[in-house]
Amino acid sequence: MTCGELVCPAGTPAALRAAVDAGADAVYCGFQNATNARNFPGLNFTPEEMEEGIAYAHARGAKVLLALNTFPPAGKFGLWLEAAAMGARMGVDAIIVADIGVAARVRETHPDQRLHLSVQAAASSPEAICYYVENFGIKRVVLPRILTIPEIKALMAEIPCEVETFIFGNHGLMVEGRCSLTNYVTGLSTNMDGVCSPAGHVEYLREADGGMTTRLGAFTIDRFGPGETAGYPTICKGRYRAPCREGGYYAFEQPVSLNLAPLLPELMAAGVHAFKIEGRQRSRAYVSQVVSAFRVAIDAIREGRSPELASLVALTEGQKETQGAAASKKWR
Amino acid sequence: MAVIQMELTLAPIPFHWQREERRDFYARIADEAPVDNVVLGELICSKRAPFFEADLPRIAERLERGGKRVIWCSLSEVVLKRERRATEDLCAAADGRLVEANNAAALRALAGRPHRVGPMLNIYNEETMAFLAERGAIHFSLPPELPRASVAVMASAAHRLGVSLEVQVFGRASLAVSARCYHARAHGRTKDNCLFVCEEDPDGMPLDTTAGEPFLVINGIQTMSRSYVNLAAHVPDIRSLGVKELRLIPQRQNMVAVARVFSEVSRGTISGEEAAARLDALEMGVPFSNGFWQGEAGYRWIARAS
Repeated sequence: MTCGELVCPAGTPAALRAAVDAGADAVYCGFQNATNARNFPGLNFTPEEMEEGIAYAHARGAKVLLALNTFPPAGKFGLWLEAAAMGARMGVDAIIVADIGVAARVRETHPDQRLHLSVQAAASSPEAICYYVENFGIKRVVLPRILTIPEIKALMAEIPCEVETFIFGNHGLMVEGRCSLTNYVTGLSTNMDGVCSPAGHVEYLREADGGMTTRLGAFTIDRFGPGETAGYPTICKGRYRAPCREGGYYAFEQPVSLNLAPLLPELMAAGVHAFKIEGRQRSRAYVSQVVSAFRVAIDAIREGRSPELASLVALTEGQKETQGAAASKKWR
Repeated sequence: MAVIQMELTLAPIPFHWQREERRDFYARIADEAPVDNVVLGELICSKRAPFFEADLPRIAERLERGGKRVIWCSLSEVVLKRERRATEDLCAAADGRLVEANNAAALRALAGRPHRVGPMLNIYNEETMAFLAERGAIHFSLPPELPRASVAVMASAAHRLGVSLEVQVFGRASLAVSARCYHARAHGRTKDNCLFVCEEDPDGMPLDTTAGEPFLVINGIQTMSRSYVNLAAHVPDIRSLGVKELRLIPQRQNMVAVARVFSEVSRGTISGEEAAARLDALEMGVPFSNGFWQGEAGYRWIARAS
């Protein structure tokens, strides 16, 4: 069984090649529609690009995982089945599913296709994970970013499948697959349309004092002073007011990145099968840099050397970072 | 299609109400509210349950004497040992009442036996519904963000499968849940030392934007809509689709009056317009929304095209 497989984001064919060249064991990507959770303009793959990407990765010993991790609303189910059929025909190494109906139908129509359970399924207990393993033959579960390392270890002892954990990238706060904040504000759904704070609804307003207000739809998400760098208006990273607080505060979380690099040796010792780097919306250069750094670190740990964690920590330089829930349950 | 006999379903109290307040609330529901089904138990935070769970059997009996059907609610987030245990025990208890599953752990425990599926599980399409129906699910409460167009497709599939559907027509919409407690965070605490500060906000803690726009409501680990979903005017349409149950989320409002309005409109004794006007007249002091139902931004209130 694998241990410490490096699973990397490929938002575009160029990023796929960059990730593979930088030493990714696997890349994950999606088609250009609502069937995946990063349905952003300019991202994702046409069927032709997917086929070429798979050939490129396979020729270099890397796997391709198809993200089919959204929830088809009734009446549009066919699009998800089509995407699954295309992926299976092209020879993707696994399909990442979240919806029970999608999992059931893919299992039925492509019984030999390897399935992974997306973090969007929000399976965070052995019982929930076993439910998906028993019903759909799930081979690997992507764990929610809410578990401490001791909790991950305890969980692994109770489930009959591989686990994949996030180690780097955006730090989502809400239970994935259970958030309709974006739909509340914009009319586009994270679960059904694969979008989160869509760019078309974002506004940056320059204030008279030189500060910046960021808005999503009809709502102000944050306000930055003249010297501050304005962040992207993601609802769960904004500043709001509550009766018990003086002034705006980060009601959910500060805009920080997840970086579990310092915990990598511990996670590998725990036997985590795969590490996921988030960031299909990121540039080729970013993907290349992050993947190379983690490749070197994982190889060092495998060979019993101490990894150069400093280079990984430097990747988020200038931006605050967190080890989130993994380091301590005090985060909750 | 024959006109369906609709039912009203009172959702579990999402907030941390005091024990006495819960008892009084349900006593009044039992005696005065024309609801058919009451889902009882804790949906949001396992830490709250010890405060009131000892009262639940008596509350359930009281409601049943009032002619209501009682359904046990399973937790939406199951991570810790005590949450796993609670879910297992709830699903194993064979007291003749159905369980509403709100987590896949509960689905696993209930498979093969009749059960209901709650709105915290992602039931977005007919294939998911069919899969679960084959394993004992007989009723589905749909996620509040599902638009009418999809509910219409679900309703015909439900009819073929012989299962029933439920749509939330009143109260704050659940928009997100998290591992982190935002009530505790607002007060500089963490989930483990929260000191149950969420009890200070029996209708949720309001969040405004820094520009002063009313925006969201915090309820422990849950984020809810600031507005109350209000589909009173749409009930005749919802009935014509074949949806059987209408879900009301308890708010700190006159829920008996709210239930009466929905009861009348669901039986067709008043029109949708009349029902909407009567809810307006209750002056709840909270904006209404119906955007999700119409496939628009959820916070929006879209007046009906005449």
